[in-house]
Amino acid sequence: MNKLQNNSFLGRIDWITIGLWFLLCLIGWFNIHAAVFDPEHPGLFNLETNYGKQSIFIFTAVIIGFCILIIDSRFFISITPILYIIVILLLVAVLVVGRNVGGNQAWIPIGSFRLQPSEFGKLVTCLLLAYYLNTQASKTPNKKTLLIGACVVLFPVGLVMLQPDTGSALAFFSLVFVFYREGFLSNLVLILGALAILLFVLALLINQWILVGVIALVALFFMLLFRKRRKNMINVGVLFIASSVYILGVDFAYEQILQPHQRNRIDIILGKMDDPRGQGYNLNQSKIAIGSGQLFGKGYLQGTQTKYNFVPEQSTDFIFCTIGEEWGFAGSVFLICIYLTLLLRIVNIAERQRTTFARIYAYGVASILFFHFFINIGMTIGIVPVIGIPLPFISYGGSSLWSFTILLFILLRFDSTRKGLSQI
Amino acid sequence: MNSFFERKFVIQGIFIAIALVIVARLFYLQIIDDSFLLSANNNVLRKVIVYPARGIILDRNGKVIVQNEPVYDLLVTPREVKDIDTALLCQLIHIDMEGFKSRIAKARAHSPYRASPFEKLISSETYARLQEHLHKFRGFYVQNRTVRSYPDSIAAQFLGYIQEVNDKDIERSNGFYKPGDYIGASGVERSYEELLRGSRGVKNLMVDALNRPKGVFMEGKYDTLAVSGDGLVSSLDIELQILAEQLMRNKLGSVVAIEPSTGEILTFVSSPSYDPNLMVGKDRGNNYMDLLNDPTKPMFIRPIQASYPPGSVFKVVAALTAQQAGVIDQNTVFFCPHGYFVNGARMACTHYDGPTSLIKSIQMSCNTYYGHVYARMLDSRGMPTPQAYDLWREGLLKFGLGHPLGIDLPGEKGGNVYPSTYFTKRFKSDKWKSTYNISQSIGQGELGITPLQMANVMAIVANRGFYYRPHLIKGIGEKKIVKEEFTEKIHAGVDAKYYEPVIEGMSRAVNMGGTAASVRIAGIEMCGKTGTVQNPHGKNHAVFFAFAPRENPKIAIAVFIENAGYGGTWAGPIASMLIEKYINDTITLPKYIQDRIYNENLLPKVEKKESAIKKNPTTIKKDSGKVQKQIAQTTDKKELLVHHSQVRRTHE
Repeated sequence: MNKLQNNSFLGRIDWITIGLWFLLCLIGWFNIHAAVFDPEHPGLFNLETNYGKQSIFIFTAVIIGFCILIIDSRFFISITPILYIIVILLLVAVLVVGRNVGGNQAWIPIGSFRLQPSEFGKLVTCLLLAYYLNTQASKTPNKKTLLIGACVVLFPVGLVMLQPDTGSALAFFSLVFVFYREGFLSNLVLILGALAILLFVLALLINQWILVGVIALVALFFMLLFRKRRKNMINVGVLFIASSVYILGVDFAYEQILQPHQRNRIDIILGKMDDPRGQGYNLNQSKIAIGSGQLFGKGYLQGTQTKYNFVPEQSTDFIFCTIGEEWGFAGSVFLICIYLTLLLRIVNIAERQRTTFARIYAYGVASILFFHFFINIGMTIGIVPVIGIPLPFISYGGSSLWSFTILLFILLRFDSTRKGLSQI
Repeated sequence: MNSFFERKFVIQGIFIAIALVIVARLFYLQIIDDSFLLSANNNVLRKVIVYPARGIILDRNGKVIVQNEPVYDLLVTPREVKDIDTALLCQLIHIDMEGFKSRIAKARAHSPYRASPFEKLISSETYARLQEHLHKFRGFYVQNRTVRSYPDSIAAQFLGYIQEVNDKDIERSNGFYKPGDYIGASGVERSYEELLRGSRGVKNLMVDALNRPKGVFMEGKYDTLAVSGDGLVSSLDIELQILAEQLMRNKLGSVVAIEPSTGEILTFVSSPSYDPNLMVGKDRGNNYMDLLNDPTKPMFIRPIQASYPPGSVFKVVAALTAQQAGVIDQNTVFFCPHGYFVNGARMACTHYDGPTSLIKSIQMSCNTYYGHVYARMLDSRGMPTPQAYDLWREGLLKFGLGHPLGIDLPGEKGGNVYPSTYFTKRFKSDKWKSTYNISQSIGQGELGITPLQMANVMAIVANRGFYYRPHLIKGIGEKKIVKEEFTEKIHAGVDAKYYEPVIEGMSRAVNMGGTAASVRIAGIEMCGKTGTVQNPHGKNHAVFFAFAPRENPKIAIAVFIENAGYGGTWAGPIASMLIEKYINDTITLPKYIQDRIYNENLLPKVEKKESAIKKNPTTIKKDSGKVQKQIAQTTDKKELLVHHSQVRRTHE
């Protein structure tokens, strides 16, 4: 009996993950309903409204998920390169025939519907990265593999940047976790990366010359400490010079490369700029909405800030405001727990895969979901700059929901057949 | 397994760390920092003031004098106006296309998203027609509010009017009033403002990001209701008031009737009056200016603001105070040689009775008698005249003369009873005698008395010695509370026993062929006194005051008509009709006399008045130093010849 169940199709699917997925979709639907709820025109299934449409999106997502689960997992591996090419073509096409919404040429209109190729770009990049690294799995990690892997990622990034959809493009960089896990990047790189982010923030906050001076003192201390070991002294020296150049370069890059509105968003986060009615309006209103939720929130459909349109983009990018306002700290932490559980679960799933392909793909899925989770919620509460990316499974939008669902369900399909695949 | 397996923990660690950072941040935003809740409420809550209905005013029998009438303001939110039939709208509210465009432009300039007034004060009739079509006009809303309405169009000066508050009002009220509020500006509306206005309610509305109202906050948990203003019950008798106003039409003057036993004012007419409805609505501004510029001064509250020499009616006070002072008694007789000619004083008297008793002196209005009374009061009391004069004056003050009585209307004047120092200064010596200002003995000269004071004197006589402060509001609110100051019995300083001879004289004046015989009412013993007041610039002013019935009086009345000539001709019949109407609810006066009064126009001709002043500029100038300035008309002091209506009447 037990054996039978284990071998059955249903028994091998990770129901915990599906449960978490469905829970998130439901939370999303209810909060979209709350976000656009109009007390004068209540009614649950009005297909004109965002929540009405979202219910269709969820329904189709379930069908898509089911289809994926019954397709042979080897099929996904085999069509990966074709999918990648198709999406790359769509990303090129969107630059030509796409519809420009809010400054981003990111949507291809299909009937009454709009397709956002960059959402699917993350999926196919993940697949192709897994596909490529899988072919190199027998070798030890080397620079050439890393370079080609990086190109797989950077190619769509370049196309997305042309839209220019910086938020979506940044999401691709979350795949750095995959390279780290597969050993292409050392712990040192991770530490240096963290250091680079720290220095970037400090360089914007503090006068760069003072910062260089402080770092010089730190370097001097370590040089004195390592004065008998020449090699370490050289390392410290190189690190100091590199940091100094970096710090001085940050300012230049900040002024020259980033667009004004992006600089503003960073300035607001760092507290260098206070403009609650202009550039900081979204963030300020978002914080007000979430902050006013307090411990247990105002209750379902009782949120005033979101319902009366004080928070912009409240059913898409700023959906977390509705949750924060109506469900309070308790509800917000509950949602974060669900996400964290899902993310940790995916990492565990990744590690139990027998094939490199499946493992790498799983880490890709975890990375992308993590990035969206962190950046989206982070921006609504003012710990990262405002970057317009959706909260997976919760934000309103078909492309987003479907692409994340496909992303997750392909993983679940691989997972359900991990024993079979291992023999291939 | 896999070579870099342990890195799984690093990655999971990063996930957990970031989740904790988010939770920590949420903890700060949602639990620690309370300011966001406040900001959220600031965003979404709008306090809307709910205006209470102003208190209504009833007459003594419960009939409505002032009420509230709904009017409608048409509001527009320019952003929402789409595809409407502008021609139809213009036609419905009687404006043209230009007017429509300029109104929309004005509203748009104010705010495209907010409702602003499009057309204010639409009448119920217009609204009824508009309402049927309102659904066709997207972006237009109707807001109702109330304005004052006066069903009988009476008692304008008594009621006063309300107007929008000005900056000073707002400052004085410590912020109670907000711009656009209404406040009582005169009359009862002003003196009872704090009771009539009620208290405002506050409604907590929720608005969206574009400031559009979206609903009531917390189902109205924090809302307060508007409390309507207290209703007032006036002492006025509406039917008597209407009759009095009709009788006084086209005449300048006042009618004040008081219920002696309470001090309640039954009738309060200041003529010419105006329709109080003129002070409401769209044309208010124009009407107000017209009234201000009207040479007959309809905004002037004559019963309490005009002070006139009272004329012969003053003899009643003189007779009473002299008895109390002990200089005469009811048996005192003076010989009247057809005038008072003492020490250069010359005061004609036109009845032929010779020895004149106190009763007869009132009945026949003998100037000589009161010349002697005045001389005794001032010159024969064993003290210098100025000192005796001040005692004389004190008696008058106790009679409610020379100071405001404290009626519940703003702007009451006190009239004039000058102290001795005034005359000492004027005559440049304190050795003056009664003959110096003998005209005061018969109510002329420097004396100034308001019609309200005259009526009050009559109330004192009717009560045989006391009065209650005359007042117009006899009950406040549901419980009909009477203000304490109006229940206080005030003694006039003359003992009750001295009243009988005076009352007898007044009764004879009316009922036994005296000066007021023509106004006798069958079945009611009315006691009255005529008076004619010198007016060097035109016809004399007519006065009549009376009370009735003699025993257990119900009404005391004073009628003062400017430029009417003889007290008995105009003022007497008016008083008599009002008394009969009030007591018997009928009028038995012959129809032709009634018609004569209704139809007579005694308004001064404006051009004539101006030319009279032009002709005589030097006289005016010369007199101005000596003669007190009187609001209605100036009396020439040197002209001491007194015309008595009764004299002419006996000749008739």
